[in-house]
Amino acid sequence: MTQFSTWDIVSNLLLAARWTVLLSILAFIGGGAVGLVVLYCRIARKPWLQRAANLYIELFQGTPLLMQLFLIFFGLPLMGLDVSPWAAAFVSLTLWTSAFLAEIWRGCVESIPKGQWEASSSLAMSFFEQLRYVVLPQALRIAVPPTVGFSVQVVKGTALTSIIGFVELSKAATIITNATFEPFTVYGFAALIYFVLCWPLSKSSQLLERKLNVAHHHH
Amino acid sequence: MAYSFDFSSLADYGPVLAKGVAITVELIVVGGALGVGLGIACAWAKALGPRWLRPIVSAYVELIRNTPFLIQLFFIFFGLPAVGVGLTEMQAAILAMVINLGAYACEIIRAGIEATPRGQFEAGSSLAMSPIQTFRHVVLVPALQKIWPALTSQIVIVMFGSAVCSQISVEELTFAANFIQSRTFRAFESYIVATVLYLLLAVLLRQVMRGLGLFLFPRRRKTT
Repeated sequence: MTQFSTWDIVSNLLLAARWTVLLSILAFIGGGAVGLVVLYCRIARKPWLQRAANLYIELFQGTPLLMQLFLIFFGLPLMGLDVSPWAAAFVSLTLWTSAFLAEIWRGCVESIPKGQWEASSSLAMSFFEQLRYVVLPQALRIAVPPTVGFSVQVVKGTALTSIIGFVELSKAATIITNATFEPFTVYGFAALIYFVLCWPLSKSSQLLERKLNVAHHHH
Repeated sequence: MAYSFDFSSLADYGPVLAKGVAITVELIVVGGALGVGLGIACAWAKALGPRWLRPIVSAYVELIRNTPFLIQLFFIFFGLPAVGVGLTEMQAAILAMVINLGAYACEIIRAGIEATPRGQFEAGSSLAMSPIQTFRHVVLVPALQKIWPALTSQIVIVMFGSAVCSQISVEELTFAANFIQSRTFRAFESYIVATVLYLLLAVLLRQVMRGLGLFLFPRRRKTT
């Protein structure tokens, strides 16, 4: 049996962490794109679209991410689609992220004073133009800190994909533990790597929020 | 869709699901109560406690909030026995949930405490209340009332997180769903049933928390 040095453990964990990072980034981008569509439906002036968007958000926020992963991983093959753990992980994290981002962004859009909508509508702008040129640019400023803050949840969420067999940081930690019988060290280092990924995001979210609040006080 | 649903093959597994639900409820009741207790203690330490304690609590909160629950659970269940602290699956799951919720609850409750005007502390002590009495009656209860909805959401999130306790073979709801799908090969149906049960549990949990809020803060109910 080969011996694992501490460095072997750390380097293997770091190699696996690349997949955690990649999956987080892709899920965040995908979730952002789908989230924008859900946001549009949620604030569109069509009641049935709003209800559909609400249901979507409630469903994904109101059930465990692990169940969503299982349903997509085991459910899609039944419809004749062949899904790898990679694809299932990406799809479910994207959907889950989109529901949360849409809800966060809705709060930001609704915090824009009604007068802004009315002013732009009096300039004969369409709903989409009002949103695109007047409301979203202002909402975006407020949206940055909570969006960055939520990215931490996405990174942590990727850990669950290890359960359906996607080899990222958590799965690698389990595999290495099974080979080395050093769970304390391995999971300790895995936690440390997650911390190094997440903490800067948490901190910058807090700093951005403070900066924004200070800026508001000057008005 | 070519796939035909068949929920009937799950019918025999009612008791398995019931047991799963019972254990998920046990996890969230025990873990939730102890976790909020830990959160209150940490919030006190961070907002009003001795100076040396604050960085320790901050480090704990940051560490927990920036690592996945799954890793915390594995560290406690697989890692601690390696240094001589052996725990059963259930103990490890509850400990992990308490530690996890404690960190989030600490931040939520602290925000409530910091919203309490300084003058109220002084008013409390001018009524000859001890610092502990002041904290309990003047600071904590109004703070809890302010942040009760946020705390409720966090407890629901922790309940959803408890699904991963199936990975250390705690026989909760997800474990039951896994068990049923391994017996019936009806994966989709098993997980749909479990998901719906989680949805119902979340609704129930919110109602219980609402009722508890009305019970704990009776005279302070706002008219709005």
